[in-house]
Amino acid sequence: MVDVVSSQSTKFGGRKQKLLIEAGIVGAIAILLIFIMPAILVGAGQAFRVNLLGRYLALAIAALGIDLIWGFTGILSLGHGIFFALGGYSLAMFLSLQLPSGQLPDFFSPYGVTELPFFWQPFYSLPFTLFAIVFIPTIVAAILGYLVFRNRLRGVYFSILTQAALIVFFNFFNGQQKLINGTNGLKTDTATIFGQTVSSPQVQTVFYTLTVLLLVGGYALSRWLTSGRSGRLLVAVRDDETRMRFSGYDPTLFKVLVFAISAGLAGIAGALYTAQSGIITPQAMNIAFSIEMVIWVAVGGRATIVGAILGTLIVNFAKSILSEQFPQIWYFFQGALFLIVVTVLPGGILGWLRDDGVRWVRSQVNKRRPLQTYPSLEEDPDVQYERKNLANRKPDR
Amino acid sequence: MNEKILQIENLTVNFDGFRALNDLNFSLDKGELRVIIGPNGAGKTTFLDVITGKTKPTTGQVTFKGKPTQGKVEYEIARMGVGRKFQTPRVYLNLTPRENLELSCNRHKNVWNALFGAPSRAEARTVTGLLETIRLETKADLKADLLSHGEKQRLEIGMLVAQSPDLLLVDEPVAGLTDEETENVGTLLLALAESHSIIVIEHDMEFVRQIARKVTVLHQGSVLCEGSMDDVQNDPRVIEVYLGKQEDNPVAA
Amino acid sequence: MLSGLVDGIFSGISLGSVLLLAALGLAIVFGLMGVINMAHGELIMLGAYTTFLVQNALKNTPLFGIYIFVALIAAFIVTAIFGLILERGVIRHLYGRPLETLLATWGVSLILQQFVRSVSWQLVAIVAVFCVLFFGAMTIVARRTDFERIRGWFLAVMLPLSAVSAIAVGNVLGATYKLAFTKEWFGARNVDVTAPRWLRGGLPVAGTQFSYARIFIIVLTIACVVGVYWFLNNTPWGLRIRSVTQNRTMSACLGIPTKKVDALTFALGSGLAGLAGCAVSLLGSVGPNTGQNYIVDTFMVVVVGGVGKLAGSILAALAIGTANYLIGSNTLVDLTAPIQPLSDVFAFFSTISMAKVLVFALIIAFLQFRPGGLFPQKGRTVDA
Repeated sequence: MVDVVSSQSTKFGGRKQKLLIEAGIVGAIAILLIFIMPAILVGAGQAFRVNLLGRYLALAIAALGIDLIWGFTGILSLGHGIFFALGGYSLAMFLSLQLPSGQLPDFFSPYGVTELPFFWQPFYSLPFTLFAIVFIPTIVAAILGYLVFRNRLRGVYFSILTQAALIVFFNFFNGQQKLINGTNGLKTDTATIFGQTVSSPQVQTVFYTLTVLLLVGGYALSRWLTSGRSGRLLVAVRDDETRMRFSGYDPTLFKVLVFAISAGLAGIAGALYTAQSGIITPQAMNIAFSIEMVIWVAVGGRATIVGAILGTLIVNFAKSILSEQFPQIWYFFQGALFLIVVTVLPGGILGWLRDDGVRWVRSQVNKRRPLQTYPSLEEDPDVQYERKNLANRKPDR
Repeated sequence: MNEKILQIENLTVNFDGFRALNDLNFSLDKGELRVIIGPNGAGKTTFLDVITGKTKPTTGQVTFKGKPTQGKVEYEIARMGVGRKFQTPRVYLNLTPRENLELSCNRHKNVWNALFGAPSRAEARTVTGLLETIRLETKADLKADLLSHGEKQRLEIGMLVAQSPDLLLVDEPVAGLTDEETENVGTLLLALAESHSIIVIEHDMEFVRQIARKVTVLHQGSVLCEGSMDDVQNDPRVIEVYLGKQEDNPVAA
Repeated sequence: MLSGLVDGIFSGISLGSVLLLAALGLAIVFGLMGVINMAHGELIMLGAYTTFLVQNALKNTPLFGIYIFVALIAAFIVTAIFGLILERGVIRHLYGRPLETLLATWGVSLILQQFVRSVSWQLVAIVAVFCVLFFGAMTIVARRTDFERIRGWFLAVMLPLSAVSAIAVGNVLGATYKLAFTKEWFGARNVDVTAPRWLRGGLPVAGTQFSYARIFIIVLTIACVVGVYWFLNNTPWGLRIRSVTQNRTMSACLGIPTKKVDALTFALGSGLAGLAGCAVSLLGSVGPNTGQNYIVDTFMVVVVGGVGKLAGSILAALAIGTANYLIGSNTLVDLTAPIQPLSDVFAFFSTISMAKVLVFALIIAFLQFRPGGLFPQKGRTVDA
């Protein structure tokens, strides 16, 4: 017993060290992204790519949420656009209200709206807005998730119900000109915040830095959630909900929790994206965008947190480059991406590197890993004995 | 000693007009090991479903440790102290046996604890001990996916014990096991019976003979007879419906 | 008042029957394989475009009067074949992974949408050359015994090689024949299908008009439902499909070729989508995004109807269709006019898109007490 405990404590110490190393790497990458990447891109005459990078990093935060719910817990949400848009709209409403007092945002006048709709009122306040960005998506997701999971609707059912919810929210935002400017969405780039226009380089730098920092925060949150006991419970939900229930856990609560957290991440992502793209429209809730989020994670590698971030950046930069050059080919490419990732590369890039990549490289240089056998066989004294004494004995006859 | 841990009164379950359980009465003493046998479709699994809250009874009620389980869902009943093993082993395939046991062993199964709790020393020790009991020490850190069928069966029984329930429900624990493994499972169950109340559903008569003290025969959704293995085997009604030897049975003729 | 109600019910039923026609194939496939085909909407769109092509081909011929029947057959065949390819090529490999199937079929739907936008002789030539090169080489190489080992290399070499040569051939042909070759067939704009003369106009009933086209769609839907019902219940293959729906493993053990059943069912479901496309083309113009308008509603039909019961789908489609119409039009507002607050509520939701908001809320509410849909499966097999 004594040596079991001691070996565990050394294992624990190793884990702590690993964590420190990981934190160091993440910190270094964050510093690289904040201070060095913009300088390099501007130096290369690609200043607009800084803005793109910032947006894609914001999307990566949403991808982290998708990874939590789909990658680890195995629940496919096709409605994360809702939460993304809710976050985006929250910030955009706040920015639209940065006006001299008594004045309404411009877009209201063509519809003859003279009084600010009631739900706009709280968005005068910055603290409320910050709260809303995270918690309105969270609460909406918790309610929707509870209503669906409670009835043990899962798998494909959940996916298509979230998609239907997405359409519903889209219709609502798209149709209500008088409340939220309908199809045109809310523009934020000309608004002012702290005396600066949002699209000015200074403000954009702030938002860019904020994005990187929040991405790091999201990464830490995801790491924390997926390690230890809660991480195992997420996998347990994916593997066998019924078993969980009979072991005394209530899977519904866990699923609602993960769904809500991932929605909160999507909300943050939406706000940061809106701040950097300068507009939020109901198009953030079209069907395609929400499914695309899943494919970012799938490309990077599901259930690997780094993969979600990596996949988002790769797919989106590929999209921006390809669709600049050949707009039609992008759709073919994207369609093919879905097919290929799902059929040939189910583990994504990181999954492939982890599972097959190493083996493949080894086999190409003709160095095969020794085949592992069952540990019980390895340690079985009988087998040891036979190996030692019988294997090399010459046949009797 | 005669304290009842489980009492079932006038239980009826209907599925779309099909009566799976029909006015069933049943009771189990604390610390008893009971084997339930019965032909296919006798309602054995449905019986367990009702106890664990998976199926809601049409009429009748189940009382566990003196409290009715009506209106409670599976996880609440599980927390009251009912553990269940399924016909086919159900374990978390993407976790290791150690993690599987650790999840079952955890006493505080709320969301808060899942986020902020960590396995205690005592729990870690229980898990290590259990791994020894079910002889999976060497595979403790492999994915459960890689275990054989028999090993998964043992792991699931281990998870059940880790949950430390007062009542264990075990559905066909030896289906698909070799003779040797069967005997091992039997020994394991007998050892568990020292400190738990257990209901075992089984078809394998050899195995039933090995472990049974008292046997209940289910037939067409109700209890046909109850008693020791010998009593049951000599009961003409049982012979007629279950052992199916009515041709050379003078009573049936 | 009466005419409004009659009109509302008729339009609701006609909307419901379009929905049912669109959802029928989806429901059968979902019941059998547990798979939601995200490309189902695009199959509908393919059916609609097939109708357009048939109409153009038969224009100015004596057959134009009955082109719609030719189009129905053609649409069924085209989409069924496409569905077969889809099942054989993609879905079969994802059996037991419904969520992945969802993503993969979404990829297919993207490709199909873009395909109709940019299809031209050039593109067809490129695809054809690619297929001949790649799959030709594959058949030859697959005969080698060590195929599994060299598969990776084969793909790495042959994929780019075939792609590059196909594009080269396409470009050369394009440069030779100029516009006739590179011109897009449909382009991104919508195309219109003209209904034959006898489908225009309507039948006057109780002060309102029942459009012939809608009556035709209702009749077509009834015919399809009866046909599917007959097929499932009175033919050997129907029996096989039902048995696989109930218990796949057992059916396989009894010697039912489950893979063939899958392929057949998928082809049938896709064919029905083609018929739906044909019907849809009578209702308005047809574009690459036509399919997208239908998928979410049809999914809801499947959810509300429950798995594996035709009656559930029928009832669900009619209910959703009628509810959508009644809420979306002003019918309910007029009916509830005496009760001011209620009529205000309905007035708020009385556009087609806002009606969906209310209908979705109703569906979620419905699922709270009937999570398994209208006709849930019961017994201990559920959730086992």
